[in-house]
Amino acid sequence: MPNKVTTDTFKKEVLESDIPVIVDFWAQWCRPCLMLAPVLEEIAKDFEGKVKVVKVNVDEEGYLANQFRVSSIPTVYLFENGQVKNQVIGLMRKEDLVKRLGL
Amino acid sequence: MYDVIVIGGGPAGASAAIYLQRFRLNVLMIMKDLGTLGRTNHIDNYWAFENTVSGKHLVEQGVAQAVRLGVDVVEEEVIGIENFESYKVKTTKNEYEGKVVLIATGQAKPNIKVKGFREYIGKGLSFCAICDGFIYRNKKIGVIGNAEFMLEELDVLRNFSDDITVFTNGLGLPLHIEEEIKEKLVTDPLCEIQGDEVVKKVVTEDGEYEVDGLFVAIGTPSANDFALRIGAFIENNYIVVDDNYMTNVPGLFAAGDCIGGLLQVVKAASDGAHAAISINKYLKILK
Repeated sequence: MPNKVTTDTFKKEVLESDIPVIVDFWAQWCRPCLMLAPVLEEIAKDFEGKVKVVKVNVDEEGYLANQFRVSSIPTVYLFENGQVKNQVIGLMRKEDLVKRLGL
Repeated sequence: MYDVIVIGGGPAGASAAIYLQRFRLNVLMIMKDLGTLGRTNHIDNYWAFENTVSGKHLVEQGVAQAVRLGVDVVEEEVIGIENFESYKVKTTKNEYEGKVVLIATGQAKPNIKVKGFREYIGKGLSFCAICDGFIYRNKKIGVIGNAEFMLEELDVLRNFSDDITVFTNGLGLPLHIEEEIKEKLVTDPLCEIQGDEVVKKVVTEDGEYEVDGLFVAIGTPSANDFALRIGAFIENNYIVVDDNYMTNVPGLFAAGDCIGGLLQVVKAASDGAHAAISINKYLKILK
C-alpha cells in the first residue's frame, strides 16, 4: 500500500527522497481515483526500490492540493530530486501512465 | 433487481438483451431513442437484406424482437450510473437496480469546438462534478450544458458553491430545464476559454465571465461520460474492455461502437452476443 503523505511529511517523504516519487492526489468520493489505486499499487511493485508511490488525500490536505494547483482528480505527479518532473491528469491504464510519467 | 441493465437499444444493446433473455436472465433495456443508426437511411451492407434497409427499420425490429422475447424495454434517458454492491441506473424519470450493466450507447460524440477547450482539460475544465466539484468550493463555477445531464451536474455543484453560472453555448434550452436553473444563465455561444495555467475566464459572444472551474455536461451523457464517472478506462475516446467485454470496473460491460473497432452494425451485433455470453458466465460466478 502506498504511503499516505501529509503537509507535515511531504518535504521528507517527497522532496527529500533519494529516489523519484509518484504522488497521487485523490479523494474517497472520486471513483476514477479509486480505480487508479490498483494501477498505482502495481506500478509501486514493478518499480520497487527505484520509484516510490505516495498518496495525498485532497480532502484532508487542501494546502498541498492548492500548492500544486490540483484542479482535477486523480492528478499524479512525478517528483525527482525535489522537483516536479511530470504531471498526469485522469484515470488511465498502467502502461499509459508509466509512459506519460516518463518512467 | 434486474440481473442485467442494458443501456442502448441499437444492434449491440438489443442483441445482448436477446441473448441474455435466452439465458433466462431478467433483463431491462433502456433506450433514449433510436440512436445514430436510427438516423441512417440507407444500409446495403448488412447480411440478409436483399434491398436497402433503413437504420430506423433495423433498430425498431430489433427492439420489437427483444420485447417479444420478454425483455423489459423503457424509452428513457440515462443520466447516471452508480456502483456500490449493485448498480443503480438513474434516468430522467426512474431509478433501476441491476447486478450488471452493459453500456451500448454508441460512439461518444466529440466535445464542443471552442478555442482553449482542449488546452484546459484537467486544468480547471472538468467532466465530472462529483470528482472535482469539491476543489472549487466557494469559488466561481461555470457549467456548460442545456439538458437533464447538466442539471444533474449542477445539483452536485450546488453543494460546493453559490456562485455558479450556467452556459448553454447557444444551444436550445427546454423550458422545463430553464425553470430548474436558479443560477446565472448565459445563453449566447462560447467563443473562447481563457486562463494561464488554469481556467480563468469564459468569453461568449456577448460577454466575459470569470470562472475558477468549468464543468462540461452538454446534451445527453455519452458512453464515455458514464465510464469516466464510474472509473472505467477510456482510451482514444473509446471504453477499454477485456476479452470478455468487461471494463476494469467489475460488473460493468460495454459493447458496440462505444468500444471502438469496426463501427458497423454487424460488429455491434456480434459484440452484443459476445458480451451477453460473458455476462451470463459472470453472473454464475457472482452467485
